Amino acid sequence: MFKRIQLSWLIKMAVRDSRRSRARLLLFISSIILGIAVLVAIYSLSDNLEKNIDGQAAELLGADLQISANRTLATSGKALVDSLGDARSTEQRFASMVLFSKTGGTRLVQVRALEGGFPYYGELETSPATAGRAFMKAQQALVDQTLMLQYNARVGDSIRVGELSFAIAGILKKAPGQTGISMSVAPSVYIPLRYLDQTGLSQRGSRINFRYYFKFNNPREVATVVKQIESRLKEEDLDYDTIETQKEATGRSFKDLTKFLALVGFIALLLGCVGVASAIHVYIREKMDLIAILRCIGMKASQAFLIYLIQITGIGFVGALIGAAAGTIIQQFLPFVIKDFLPIELTTEISWPSVVQGIALGTIISILFALLPLASIRKISPLNALRVSYEPVRKKADPLRWIVYTLIILFILAFSFLQMKNILQASVFTAGILAAFLVLTGIAKLLMWTIRRFFPSSWSYLWRQGLANLYRPNNQTATLIVSIGLSTAFICTLFFIQGILINRVTISTSANQPNIVLFDIQQKQREGLIALAKQFNLPAKETVPIVNMRLEKVNGYSQAAALKDTAQQMQRSLFSREYRVTFRDSLTSSETVVKGSWTGTADPGAGLPGVSLEKSFADRNNIDIGDTMVFNVQGALMPVTVNSLRKVNWSGMQTNFLVLFPKGVLENAPQFHVLLTHVPSQQVSARFQQQVARQYPNISVIDLGLVLKVLDDLLSKIGSVIRFMAGFSIATGIVVLIASVLTSKYQRLQESVLLRTLGASRKQIFAITALEYMFLGTMAAATGIVLAMTASWALARYTFDTEFRPDLLPILYILLSVSLVTVLIGLINSRGILSRSPLETGRR
Amino acid sequence: METILSLQNVSKIYNSGNRVLKVLDDINFSIETGSTTAIVGPSGSGKTTLLGLCAGLDRSSSGIVQLNNIRLDTLNEDQLAEVRSRYIGFIFQNFQLMPTLTAIENVMVPLELRGEKNIRPRAMEQLDKVGLADRGHHYPSQLSGGEQQRISLARAFSSRPPLLFADEPTGNLDAENSENIVSLLFELNKEAGTTLIIVTHDLDLAARTQRIIKIKGGKIV
Repeated sequence: MFKRIQLSWLIKMAVRDSRRSRARLLLFISSIILGIAVLVAIYSLSDNLEKNIDGQAAELLGADLQISANRTLATSGKALVDSLGDARSTEQRFASMVLFSKTGGTRLVQVRALEGGFPYYGELETSPATAGRAFMKAQQALVDQTLMLQYNARVGDSIRVGELSFAIAGILKKAPGQTGISMSVAPSVYIPLRYLDQTGLSQRGSRINFRYYFKFNNPREVATVVKQIESRLKEEDLDYDTIETQKEATGRSFKDLTKFLALVGFIALLLGCVGVASAIHVYIREKMDLIAILRCIGMKASQAFLIYLIQITGIGFVGALIGAAAGTIIQQFLPFVIKDFLPIELTTEISWPSVVQGIALGTIISILFALLPLASIRKISPLNALRVSYEPVRKKADPLRWIVYTLIILFILAFSFLQMKNILQASVFTAGILAAFLVLTGIAKLLMWTIRRFFPSSWSYLWRQGLANLYRPNNQTATLIVSIGLSTAFICTLFFIQGILINRVTISTSANQPNIVLFDIQQKQREGLIALAKQFNLPAKETVPIVNMRLEKVNGYSQAAALKDTAQQMQRSLFSREYRVTFRDSLTSSETVVKGSWTGTADPGAGLPGVSLEKSFADRNNIDIGDTMVFNVQGALMPVTVNSLRKVNWSGMQTNFLVLFPKGVLENAPQFHVLLTHVPSQQVSARFQQQVARQYPNISVIDLGLVLKVLDDLLSKIGSVIRFMAGFSIATGIVVLIASVLTSKYQRLQESVLLRTLGASRKQIFAITALEYMFLGTMAAATGIVLAMTASWALARYTFDTEFRPDLLPILYILLSVSLVTVLIGLINSRGILSRSPLETGRR
Repeated sequence: METILSLQNVSKIYNSGNRVLKVLDDINFSIETGSTTAIVGPSGSGKTTLLGLCAGLDRSSSGIVQLNNIRLDTLNEDQLAEVRSRYIGFIFQNFQLMPTLTAIENVMVPLELRGEKNIRPRAMEQLDKVGLADRGHHYPSQLSGGEQQRISLARAFSSRPPLLFADEPTGNLDAENSENIVSLLFELNKEAGTTLIIVTHDLDLAARTQRIIKIKGGKIV
């Protein structure tokens, strides 16, 4: 009977209808633009990182092959190392104190004693540039630039490492594989290896990591060589890295980082989508009359639905395009945000796959979230055009809504699965997101209900009206509370966690707790050091002896046998790690025996000595009471039996051990000691450390002040990434807020006109509007703070094992700031409403 | 004469909570092709509801509504839409022009919905007939109330529907504009040979039609 309406006409109609709303639609969609921008930026970063890691993998390692060991090589191991490569370098690296001679400053650093032409790829970037090679020729050192700045040192000054002074040949800016984070945590000092013996730091028992770097004339040989020697390397307990393995490891860790960032960005995108759904809902409500007219003159419900679907798809596509372009621009700034994590030079080329992915994602997600409000178009009756409806609107469950909800959940699941490649993790993430949104919405609704229910009716009219405005029909209060609240929650959680971590370290500095640790104390230095501590009036009675050993067998199983027999469930690290063990006849306050019984002194006639293991370590390796272990104490085999398991409280500043020996077994083994003491001030600490460094250069000192500083530095670097992501969430919240203000503009205009007609002054309307946004901002901030406090409490309680005592003042500051920003944005976008005359608006 | 619209024992009941509201009660009438009819009655008498049922915008609770020998109560929503597109034109009290479309586009929409081709000249012709050929590219908000209703007339007649419903066509206009619009409505109707049904409480307007159906309390009186 009728000709079919062509898609082209529906598109034409969608374009026509959007004419006067395009700017507004673009504003609605702008929260998606932001989300897509951040995702495209992150995808592009990931893409470029992968390319850069591929291109710079050789510079990451500095050689074709690296072999490392935690002890001096045995003859067979040495023979193996000597047989490899066409050029070879040796490095010994260990933690030690250095003393800046000019200022007297001391600092625990990573000393890297180097011999040979390393790095073979890339270079030691130094200032002056020639110092990277020249320092090897004399008794000279390269000093990390953070140290140089911290101790106000200059090239030419001298630095004392152990018993030897070195002239500073240059400032080390970058070494292969080094990042800003690693420079903060363990700044390096390079010295020529040939001077190491004279420093007195490479004595027997010192914890030195040996590294051998190889250059092959034909790098393609490396894979074959590694395959040939792999089993021998295992036998010798040597680790290796090639350019390929380094590439994989670095790529993996950055994939984790970009994965994390992408998921956080996705949350911001979802937040924007909720805002979009809410704005489109209001948009469609406004279009109801128009749709009803079209239905009157013969348009089918499905055609009306398609017109707006096309409109949203188009605007979503345009939004995604803008987002992808913005993301490509933002990407240029990402290297600054994560520069401290990067061991490579990062280029920022346009990543077309990321751009395409972003555009597709933006378009799909716009459609998905708009489908919810669009579904209601199908239910708009043509009778609306006649303004006839006696029947109350019944909110029947629309099956399409449930299909859309399912599609959204499936989409989130699919997206997270693509990032995580693990269905369980993706399911947990999806469930977590749904739970977070539900909790936030729940808190928002509860807050709204509570305030409305208990709001004092005796308050002045302006306050009551300001509050009542939040509950106007088609309000987006809950959406706004969720979006602004989530942004606040991001920032607050970051702030709280920073506080929890710093607090946890700071608690240890209380009056009687040790705040300084001295380690690598030789047996003969014990008495002298205790005496020195006493000179400074520092509490120091006893040192803790430490014996280094390795594990050879458990219940008769060697490493190789245990690895073959998977039923044993032993971790590989059980055998490969070095154990630092102490011996004593009593337990400390941080230890409790939870299984078996501890014997403080070994009875030589009662069989194997009984040792105590830390409970979770034993559990992880399936070791129990009565099991036997054979330790290798620097060449001498020491069989023991496990007689007890201890629960150990690892927090706090004290020495704790996985393996505890009784007295009467290890007294004659090569050992070093640790001393914990409490220094009353920074000044005493500095003078004491200087004296220790001068008298006992091999002794290393960990100062809690330094730990706090490093922690603070580290957190601020991690914080910059989180702040960057939170920034997008905040921007999304602001855009949703602006869109919401503009969406309800006409309604506000009518309210304002009505009030002005009834005699309200501009000042009063201004006050009502400001109060409305103040309530909104305060509720949103309160929702975010409640969420952040709950999350932080849970983290403090279950992850950091500490108390959560948030500072009230910063919370108040955040609450006020968020409220103020909301009021400002609300007022700026309402200014047209406030200045309109009643007559002018009444004629509309 | 042929019957274009007939209603047999038509009732409309709304359920509002526990209350049953009978808006139309046993309505029977038929309308001849090409005639002009006014449905009059006080506010709340059910005349707009009746218009909704006659135009296939709503479904009766009981009874039969037949339009051009098509039983509307047997059609689904999409089929009703097609019937409206094919047989019915509307004029509303509030003009109900689509604010996002220009005047000419508003006139073109019914033709476009029918999938017709080369419609712009026909739409232009309709605009010319209502004296607004020069305002084709204006948006409704740029036109006066009288002009908007004239565009509405042009739209209603553009697809040459056999049946035209006018719901209080002068309700939002001043006296002068009302007179102009009514004259134009009858003129165009005569020219097109359309069956016209006007819902109004304006007895002067009703008097210009050939037949008046009075309705009160949901019943024809």
